[in-house]
Amino acid sequence: MISRVQPTFSSLLRSYPSVPFPPALPARTFSTTEGRLLIRHQTRMRVVDNSAIGQQCMAAGKWAKVFHVYNKRRVGTLGDKVMVAIMGQKKRGYIVGVVRRQMVPGVPTVDTNNLVLIDESGAPLGTRINVPIPMMLRSKKGDIAKILSIATRFV
Amino acid sequence: MALSRKFALRMAGVDITRITARKESILASKAAKTVLQKDIKDIEKIPPLRPGSEIPASYKYIYPEFLASTDMVRRNTLCEKLVRLDMLKRRTVLSIPEFYPGSIMAVTISDPNAPNKLSRFVGICICRGGNGLNAFIILRNVVDGLGVEIMYNLYNPTVREIQVLRLERRLDDQLFYLRDCAPEHSTVPFDLDVTPHPTGVAVPLNETVLKLNPHPWKTRWELYHFRGITFDPKELPLGRAKQLEKALQPHEWVKFDIMKKYRNQIVLEDQEEMFKDIYQFNNARLEKRRSRR
Repeated sequence: MISRVQPTFSSLLRSYPSVPFPPALPARTFSTTEGRLLIRHQTRMRVVDNSAIGQQCMAAGKWAKVFHVYNKRRVGTLGDKVMVAIMGQKKRGYIVGVVRRQMVPGVPTVDTNNLVLIDESGAPLGTRINVPIPMMLRSKKGDIAKILSIATRFV
Repeated sequence: MALSRKFALRMAGVDITRITARKESILASKAAKTVLQKDIKDIEKIPPLRPGSEIPASYKYIYPEFLASTDMVRRNTLCEKLVRLDMLKRRTVLSIPEFYPGSIMAVTISDPNAPNKLSRFVGICICRGGNGLNAFIILRNVVDGLGVEIMYNLYNPTVREIQVLRLERRLDDQLFYLRDCAPEHSTVPFDLDVTPHPTGVAVPLNETVLKLNPHPWKTRWELYHFRGITFDPKELPLGRAKQLEKALQPHEWVKFDIMKKYRNQIVLEDQEEMFKDIYQFNNARLEKRRSRR
């Protein structure tokens, strides 16, 4: 979606995580859908564990849709807990990969926003995570340690 | 926060002009080719930065982080000098080799969360930027089918080792478009061996032109005048081909805008001043090596 508004400094800041502003376009064409980089209400996420429901939803091409983020900012980052709608069901999960560029050097960003599903007791639904997950998550305390135990690789 | 704002402005590409960007990149590539013929060890054989100067012209490609920001509002010569001295101090402990966007690199950092307190990442350098102690690189690799990018600050005290596994240049300074290319173009095995670069040989230019994946893309790559990608304009989404056509028309006034050109570059006299410290530092090291022999 292309807006007809002049870009402000804050909009440039928002566009910072991806790549430089296009040099060859008039000023009005900046994307107002930049918010897709944020994990918030209505964001679609990729399920990366081998739980049955996760594999089913990825095969159907219907990625899990976030409708609540469990923090005060309502914007999820690495290690945050989210509630998602997936195949007509309500599930919870942890964010284990983000597209948005991280300010802290050494923290990876990945090509898709990744999610690992958990059940009501906080235990993972799957038995294996198929993609590398950030080493930084090991510093988090609480239930997230349970899903780190099924990770295969850290970067 | 200071870093992020600077980074934002830089990433916003404020100083990039329209069609001239492509022309400039071609010219810069040619200039780099003439200058980078010789290795850094043959300092005497490289042409000088400007006539009568003792500093080789290759320094602006090998040590771009020693150049200050072109933003005159933020310039402070004393601060820059102190920062340069700090960088040299760091370079006495950590060797930061010569590399370019497109080189395959390995960075090891101290990480309290890693099993043996060290984490190593291997990948293609897709971006190099920042001035002074804020100089950074971004490495990209595809691990288990997932594209991973990590940003490292070169002068961060947690950095233990910076290795160049394969030294080469690419057609563009920024390779963010690898995100929308086939994964094999950015896949590097973690156990890749070092291919040492022979002294006295020009840095090879990798002239591969990549084909972009079909739409949708993560960014509108067609607008950036990248030389390393191809796409069919007929396959662009509705309306974009027209916009591209419009964008490709050059702005005639740009070549007459002397002030714009002046604002977006650092004059050679200032560059000479900025490279003086690292030049003396390198010379002292060379002399030390010679005396040991």
